[in-house]
Amino acid sequence: MLHIVACIKQVPDTKIIKMNPKTNTMDRRTAPAILNPYDAHAVEEAVRIRNRYGGTVSVVTMGPPPAVKAIKKCIEIGADEGYLITDRRFAGADTLATSYAVTKAIEKISKTNPVDLIICGKMSIDGDTGQVGPGIARRLDIPPLTSVNKVVEVNQEQGYAIVHRKFEDGHEVVQSTLPCLLSVEKTINEVPYSSFPNMLKAAKYEPHIWSVDDLENVDIKQLGLKGSPTIVSKVWTPSKPEGGTLLEGDAKEQVEQLLSIILEKKELFTVKEES
Amino acid sequence: MSEKFDAIVVGAGPAGISCAHDLAKGGANVLLIERGEYPGSKNVMGGVLYRKMMEDIIPEFYKEAPLERPIVEQRFMMMEKESALTFSYKGLEWGKEPYNNFTVLRAKFDQWFADKAVQQGAILINETVVLECIVEDGKVVGVRTDRPDGEVYADVVVLADGVNSLLAQSLGFHKEYKPNEVALATMEVLKLDKKVIEDRFNLEENQGCTIELFGDATKGIVGTGFLYTNKDTLSLGVGTLLSGLIKHKIKPYELLEYVKNHPMIRPYIQGSEPQEYLAHLIPEGGYNSMGKIVGDGVIVIGDASQLVNAIHREGSNLAMTSGRLAAETVLLAKEAGDFSERRLDHYRVKLLDGFVGQDMKKYKDSTHHFEKFPQYFEQYIPMINRAASQMFTVDGSSKWEKQKKIMKDLGSTKEKMKLARDIYRAWKVVK
Repeated sequence: MLHIVACIKQVPDTKIIKMNPKTNTMDRRTAPAILNPYDAHAVEEAVRIRNRYGGTVSVVTMGPPPAVKAIKKCIEIGADEGYLITDRRFAGADTLATSYAVTKAIEKISKTNPVDLIICGKMSIDGDTGQVGPGIARRLDIPPLTSVNKVVEVNQEQGYAIVHRKFEDGHEVVQSTLPCLLSVEKTINEVPYSSFPNMLKAAKYEPHIWSVDDLENVDIKQLGLKGSPTIVSKVWTPSKPEGGTLLEGDAKEQVEQLLSIILEKKELFTVKEES
Repeated sequence: MSEKFDAIVVGAGPAGISCAHDLAKGGANVLLIERGEYPGSKNVMGGVLYRKMMEDIIPEFYKEAPLERPIVEQRFMMMEKESALTFSYKGLEWGKEPYNNFTVLRAKFDQWFADKAVQQGAILINETVVLECIVEDGKVVGVRTDRPDGEVYADVVVLADGVNSLLAQSLGFHKEYKPNEVALATMEVLKLDKKVIEDRFNLEENQGCTIELFGDATKGIVGTGFLYTNKDTLSLGVGTLLSGLIKHKIKPYELLEYVKNHPMIRPYIQGSEPQEYLAHLIPEGGYNSMGKIVGDGVIVIGDASQLVNAIHREGSNLAMTSGRLAAETVLLAKEAGDFSERRLDHYRVKLLDGFVGQDMKKYKDSTHHFEKFPQYFEQYIPMINRAASQMFTVDGSSKWEKQKKIMKDLGSTKEKMKLARDIYRAWKVVK
């Protein structure tokens, strides 16, 4: 039976969040915490694969205790089990330390039920890096497949998966050995309105909660702030660009106007010869 | 068939949460269904929470609940365009345990309250709309939600789905409300510095003030306005009968703008910033508008059963008490294994015998009376203001002369008779 692990994150709703103008940091109190939208698609894809081939979907996340709410959301989508790793020693982690901690959790989950496939969302909406997924794959020494927008086949018996990776000008069909890690695009699926039985299950569900001490072979130095070499030198709200001209009219007229502007300012487009 | 519950409570407002809390505490297997993203997300009230009824459910809740300020002063303003006659009671006994009542912001409070019900064992499901009750052989046996595989069953369904209870209506328990049975309230939460609030309202830290506004606050339309102090926000709103708005052709938000710019109110809110805008219907038809509230396998509580005392701006407390009594009834029914209308009627009897029913009966004609005779709000409040101005303006004329002038202002003998009659009538309505 397949065992699919989806890695998720609870994030502040960045559509609503306000920036603190003095410190230039996100004022997390101003926005409700939600399940990272990309991750909802990751969980949904895991559920679809399970429904097709049978098996188990587990979700795993690192975060403060209220992240239980995000796990419950995944149960609503159809996940079977949820694991939260939470500990003060995880705090302040960048993507390197996060992928280390989540890897340790997956290794522990694997001990009782070996993992065949790991699915992550493309990136989180609060960090926008997309690094944790590939980071986990590297640590587990399994192939990472990013920008996945279709899962064609997962064959546990013969140990391979076939997926589509999205590019700007088309897609690539890739076959990989199992286990492997996918990070998925939003376009991969639509997350449907959860069924009532799933809502009930989620309302009653209590996830597995682990601290650092519950994990095995952990190098404390690689956790949290200590394990995070990233230094954020500055964060700011980009100023809205001013000026500009809005072209009006139908497509043809707009193209003509644009052309004449480009011709007028052609010096901007000439390549300067290096002397 | 999915899992069967002892009870399903529809709607996580004060009534529904109270009921679910007490049911779970009594050992029942209870499901609480809320349509909003979380309890409180769709709930609106001016913001007064009554301590006594809340304590009947969770003793000493004030030690941990997210409350704004304990109210130590209640002011009543009879407003004219450029004047107001105010009376108030301020008592510091209300500022310490066990307190009298509190201002609250519902989005925060309801979440906390629902958590308490969940801690007792109630199962809470959000973001789910109940479309209808499932009726079999004339008995309510469950509800149908808008989710896939959305049927769920229970011995009793408690409808706490608010003022426009479509569920009770579809069971034929009440008709669609008329515009003179519901009020429309609009309010804003205005952000203002904590210290500024305390200075403007003459408060110390952790003291609150409520001001009820009559007369020109609603442009003479039957209804009231309110201005309440929260920790670092003010709640300002107006509520008037829907029929009044229709008659005067005023849009609800215009009325709110009018109050915000009223010279008696403006100084209180100056420099504040709107944080939230909310609007909601309030059932104000009173006892006469109450429909059927008990049936086979079903009980109606809170706003859904019209439980509002418009004169005393009480509602959440009636809702909580109705929820508590419904829970008590369902637990007794569970023990007896009988969920018939006859058994569940215990709820109706207890409700009507207690303060809820007594108050509903006492004020049963009030809304209709003031709606039928608009002169109270349109003429008499301005009259009181003129009388006060006359009496307290020092202009060299004697107090005897002033009283004479005031009496003259009341109009001809015939008009005075009418005034006396109206005062007597109003007294009879609320006595």
